[in-house]
Amino acid sequence: MPTIEFKCHVGVGPVVSGEALVTDDNFSARYDLDRSAGIFSRPQHKLAGQSYVDKIMVFNTAKGGVASAWMLHEMKSRGVAPKAILFNNVNPILAQGAALADMAMCDRFADGDVTRLIRTGDQVVVQPELGLVTITRG
Amino acid sequence: MKLNEEEKAMHNGELGEPRRWAIEHMMRVGRFFDAPDLIPVTQAHIMADTESLGEAGVEFLEDIAARPLAERQVRIPMITDPRGIDFCHYKRLKQTEQMASLEQRAIDAFEAMGILMTNTCINYQTIMPPVRGEHLAFGDTGVVIYCNSVLGAYSNFEGGPSSLAAGLTGRTPRYGLHLDRNRAATRRYRVDFEPQHLSDWGALGGIIGARAGSYWEVPVLEGIESQPGSDEMKHMGAAMASFGSVPLFHVVGITPEAATLEAVCDPSRLEAETVTATDLENFFARYGARGEKVDVVVFSAPQLSLLEMQSLAELLDDKKLHKDTSLLAVTSPVVAADARRMGLVERIEASGALVLEGMCFYQSYAREMAQANGWKRLMTNSVKLTNIIGGYGYEPTLSNMENCVASAIAGEIV
Repeated sequence: MPTIEFKCHVGVGPVVSGEALVTDDNFSARYDLDRSAGIFSRPQHKLAGQSYVDKIMVFNTAKGGVASAWMLHEMKSRGVAPKAILFNNVNPILAQGAALADMAMCDRFADGDVTRLIRTGDQVVVQPELGLVTITRG
Repeated sequence: MKLNEEEKAMHNGELGEPRRWAIEHMMRVGRFFDAPDLIPVTQAHIMADTESLGEAGVEFLEDIAARPLAERQVRIPMITDPRGIDFCHYKRLKQTEQMASLEQRAIDAFEAMGILMTNTCINYQTIMPPVRGEHLAFGDTGVVIYCNSVLGAYSNFEGGPSSLAAGLTGRTPRYGLHLDRNRAATRRYRVDFEPQHLSDWGALGGIIGARAGSYWEVPVLEGIESQPGSDEMKHMGAAMASFGSVPLFHVVGITPEAATLEAVCDPSRLEAETVTATDLENFFARYGARGEKVDVVVFSAPQLSLLEMQSLAELLDDKKLHKDTSLLAVTSPVVAADARRMGLVERIEASGALVLEGMCFYQSYAREMAQANGWKRLMTNSVKLTNIIGGYGYEPTLSNMENCVASAIAGEIV
């Protein structure tokens, strides 16, 4: 199976691997999620109804308020959280939240729009310290 | 990232575990955003409602609060954003004892750290407005965009953990809006109508926020003829930050960094988009529902200023709310105390309305309140609230304060 490497900016959090769930939509933990059930709950979100648990999430950008900084930590404490979140461009709040939660997060991909580079179902390895994301496509 | 001797000592744990965690946290965030070092900040403001903290977040705070005094105390003045509970009224709102108990634990932890429980998102109107050029670590997007834009201070959006790290160390990583090069305008908007009501200013902020759409864009507005006051800028900024994650805007001739258009951009290289009266009408039309029953009218997000409280009292004098409609007016503890002393609270509540203090509607377990009270259709003059509250199961309607009050009296949207 082919393996492809994408360079990004140095991120935060540990090395993780998992299955990608990709959208060109944006992300807010406050506006978009049912955090108890672990699914996207805002009807207008492109992933409405889908589970984010243990996924490598890929979004365009972050939106909304400062609450998400606590929420990633809270979600991870219950084991109902994504493994990693990748963005084209993230705002400080989500990066701060990932730093507290020790969740893998990266953005600013050298090869272009990450929501097109990675497809839902790809097997992904995220290495934030190296600024490197590797995908295997079946 | 470069650390000075004192910062290194904190990072080595010589000043206790909380400060070691704080420096480590800021180094992670700083590296993410290419910060070369840390800069001193003069005030911190923390957003930490228990709905987003959860049990895990409250335990995190309690761990710090349990440390010896010398390790847990913040090093710069630090204040709080609204809480999720008004202890005088939570039972009437059908919030639970479990919510109140979690809230009390968070408050106890903050107080143990020497944090002042101001419980407000209008600290720039009521507590200690920043000075131009002052570097800050402020939470609440509405607070940050106002202080950056209207007052010319320097702050990023600091989520709760990062605000706390700033409070414990007196530092924040030097990136984003602490750097002058990131404060120049990147988007230019010509406004060809005059906003009348606070909700119009909010809608203008919402339209521009949605168009700009990123933390890294800085809008500059031209064509505003009327002089906005603090409440107008408050509503516009809060909506822009909510719709676009935008942390800074300029208004030519009004905000301090934009004495002229040329001061914030090269006009020959930045083409202007127009925002028209039709855009404004279309924005309101997205949140219209004339003739429908209204369950709850909310004035909140941001908390009301003393002048908004006065306007509300005047609109409600000698009026009674419809028996099936609730009206909540949410303000800061400072404003509430003044409004009570001046008789405004009594005048508002004589109508059947409720004045709440030190909280904010959307971060007060809004979903659970909707279920417990049977609330669905919510009416407000806050554009920020209309943007957020849909995710909590409400159907929002947007109008000006006068129409909101008239609807609360009629029991349906007028």
